[in-house]
Amino acid sequence: MNTHKKLADLAKTIRSKNAGTDKITFDIIFREKETYEMVKRSKVLTPDSVCQILNVDPARLTDFVEYDPAYAIKFTILRDRPSGSAGDGDIFGAQQYAPFLDVMVDISH
Amino acid sequence: MASLKIICPNGHLGFAPLKTGSFHLGVAAKPDFIAADSGSDDIGPVPLGNDSCASPRAWQEHDLEEMLLAARSLGVPMMIGSAGDTGTNSRVDMYVEIIRDIAARHNLAPFKLGWFYSEVDREYVRAKIRGGSPIRGLDARPELTEDELDATQRIVAMAGVHPFMKLLEEGCDVIIGGRSSDSAIFAAAALSRGYPEAQSYYLGKVLECASFCAEPYGAKETVMGEITPEHVEVTAMSPEQRCTVASVAGHAMYERSNPFHEFVAGGMLDMTDCHYDQVADKTTRVTGMEFEPAAEFRVKLEGSGKVGERFVGMAGIRDPYTIAHVDEVIAWARRQAEERFGAEGWELHYSVFGRNGVMGELEPLKDQPGHELCIVVQGIAPTREMAEEVTMTGTRQLFYARLPDVKGTAGGVSFVLDEVMQASPAYRWTLNHTMAVDDPLELFPTHTAMIG
Repeated sequence: MNTHKKLADLAKTIRSKNAGTDKITFDIIFREKETYEMVKRSKVLTPDSVCQILNVDPARLTDFVEYDPAYAIKFTILRDRPSGSAGDGDIFGAQQYAPFLDVMVDISH
Repeated sequence: MASLKIICPNGHLGFAPLKTGSFHLGVAAKPDFIAADSGSDDIGPVPLGNDSCASPRAWQEHDLEEMLLAARSLGVPMMIGSAGDTGTNSRVDMYVEIIRDIAARHNLAPFKLGWFYSEVDREYVRAKIRGGSPIRGLDARPELTEDELDATQRIVAMAGVHPFMKLLEEGCDVIIGGRSSDSAIFAAAALSRGYPEAQSYYLGKVLECASFCAEPYGAKETVMGEITPEHVEVTAMSPEQRCTVASVAGHAMYERSNPFHEFVAGGMLDMTDCHYDQVADKTTRVTGMEFEPAAEFRVKLEGSGKVGERFVGMAGIRDPYTIAHVDEVIAWARRQAEERFGAEGWELHYSVFGRNGVMGELEPLKDQPGHELCIVVQGIAPTREMAEEVTMTGTRQLFYARLPDVKGTAGGVSFVLDEVMQASPAYRWTLNHTMAVDDPLELFPTHTAMIG
């Protein structure tokens, strides 16, 4: 039996967006409490793992919150340069979430 | 104390036109105020530095006309913050002119218009620094230095509730604001009618992005917020949307690093103990919010500094060997620019789409490029002529890159256009800071006039 599912198949919303000029914030939101709790238990999204997935120094992670009222895991990183600096490929920070779609979650516990 | 209702038709007025269907349903619900923010720092530093809009004037006029006609027909105040995307003085003047034009065109009965500015002179900030009041950096930025101040073209201060409340107290029917904290526009309306700070700021927080607090996803639809001294209720006006516990609680996270705390000029809205209840099919009620006044009154400053004139070029690559060696191709082109222009005084930026153009260094798959690439080249220099030549060098020399084993010796890249295009000048965010002020109104001079 398949014991793993992609985060994209478990979450209602996986998004990224500017939080001001110097940060990008990521929201991973679940429809049901049970799925949210399961993903939290699986520990696939932790301050360390999200930095590894995005290949950023942990010092750039400014916030990591498990936000129970919205069944959401939320984390924020500092950009390497402010948004809209020449060469920035994503002024709104809206397309930085893609690596999280394929994160595999152990659903067996 | 009865309740107070505010509708918000657009989270960034003019950025895309408001949807009239749900707006008219909102107007039919007889709100006490109609309000929206027209700004965002999402659009990057160019509009602020360049003193231009990010949105076509026709879209801004469309939204202002809908709101003004509705507000005057209901006889309720209309409030707009962050005029023209950035809230600079010229954008405030432009919105004031648009309001005058619409009023004249529709022959509206006389009403009182109020507006305030929020640009801050560089010398004013310098005097604060020299007077021993540091300009503190937000988001891990260091304190502002005079060098960085000198590199700044234009600064706006983020208004809180104070200039809006002053203009409401003076009896204004329509208010056009300079750069504003979006939640403060709505909070000012509620505070002016005596509602408590926590509920008022929460009302602003939940309404600021219009239908982003509703589901299913659909932007530019109207939502209505209703405040009492105990709670805030938010209702989707679009027949297709509902404000649910999930959508309203989820919105508290949107575009901010922390879902529990919202900082405004003068204090902090604490949403840690918020409680959400679905009280009707399209309505969610929120209780439990707190407001903590700040010990010191600090105002957020945004500043943009010019880097140089800018041109853009594009090139495509299909040869797998060239794709595998694209960094060497780029290095070749950059070297040709160095030979022509020297090591400094210009910039070339390469975004390699098909590899990591969107995510840059964050891209986990950057060692797995696609079968074709598009390179976007940005060249920056002090003059247009030089920027054009830098960009042309950085683009056309991709064509001549010398790779040892390339089979295609007639040209290393493809061109959609064998030219480079002038873009907006390059700017960068120089200020994301806060400054202490003695008087909450000191940065925001207000004006009024009778229209009609």
